[in-house]
Amino acid sequence: MSPVLQAQGLTKQYGGLVALNGMNISLEPGRIVGLLGPNGSGKTTFIKIAAGLLAPTAGQVQIGGMEPGPGTKQIVSYLPDRTYFDGWMKVRECVEMFADFYTDFNRNKAYDMLQSLGIDANKRFKTLSKGTQEKVQLAMVMSRSAQLYLLDEPIGGVDPAARDYILETIIRNYNEQGTVIISTHLIYDIERVLDDVIFLMNGFVERFTSVDQIREQSGKSVDEVFREAFRC
Amino acid sequence: MNWKFQDNRPIYAQIVEEIQRRILSGAYAVGASLPSVRLLAVEANVNPNTMQKALAELENQGLLHTQRTSGRTVTTDERLIMDLKERIASGYIEQFFEGMKSLGIERDVATKMLMERKNGSVQEKATSVAVGVGTKEVG
Repeated sequence: MSPVLQAQGLTKQYGGLVALNGMNISLEPGRIVGLLGPNGSGKTTFIKIAAGLLAPTAGQVQIGGMEPGPGTKQIVSYLPDRTYFDGWMKVRECVEMFADFYTDFNRNKAYDMLQSLGIDANKRFKTLSKGTQEKVQLAMVMSRSAQLYLLDEPIGGVDPAARDYILETIIRNYNEQGTVIISTHLIYDIERVLDDVIFLMNGFVERFTSVDQIREQSGKSVDEVFREAFRC
Repeated sequence: MNWKFQDNRPIYAQIVEEIQRRILSGAYAVGASLPSVRLLAVEANVNPNTMQKALAELENQGLLHTQRTSGRTVTTDERLIMDLKERIASGYIEQFFEGMKSLGIERDVATKMLMERKNGSVQEKATSVAVGVGTKEVG
């Protein structure tokens, strides 16, 4: 199987600050991967490069054999760590915007998801609470049938009940050829839906292994192992 | 049905045990077909690959079969199911003995207490035996 995403020596510097420091990773299709690391470890930088929003300083990343660009935007579904819909837009218009942009967007799926989240599609985006805004965006992103989902902190701002629903949504909606990368520091909540975890530390991959392997070898949850690895 | 997992063990191993329990308890009846991987994964709130791995393990054990037409079904081999039941039951018995041992109560005494309990004799008597033995062992 050819990897969905492959990064080699991926490096990003912001002036003197090194955000990514020679990151190497290769991800297979059909996996749900947790991108875990403390604040400032490079999670968002990595995701932004993969999404084509930032250019690396050195090294490269390929998605489906292509460098991030217009070609990869059609196969990558990206959830940013902040909202990007204009506040005046109605939820319905957000749906239509996605339908215009992406051929792999499934309008019915989006409306179904909004309905089960109890979101009124006629409301304007800015009138929704922060958590609800996040839910709308996730519903949009998961309604595409992409090869790679890049979810930057998808559960950070939502309540625990919605968290469960969002995780369920991810399990239910990603396609078997697709790979999902979820960045978070709320490890405990998402551990059971992950195949693999990447521990990112100071811009490089500290470890890349499966959740079952961590539990088998250490007799501990990924959450505990993470806390030990990154103890301050 | 609710799926609960412990933090310290691989999830697929815990799914295997849970499905074994469901087969033994009849929640998944002999010969019945199982929900799809995706559906089970959603129900348990786990990754579909993890669920797949657990189901493959159960197939290896002969407890599940893949049918071309009807998906996965529970085995109709009742002996296999009885064997499993015995294996799990003897695990529980060992657990009981281990728990008793941690209190300083040896197997034969523990067995006696169990018998007394089964015969419905008063609990006080059993306790006094246990405490007596415990004191002796420590001394």
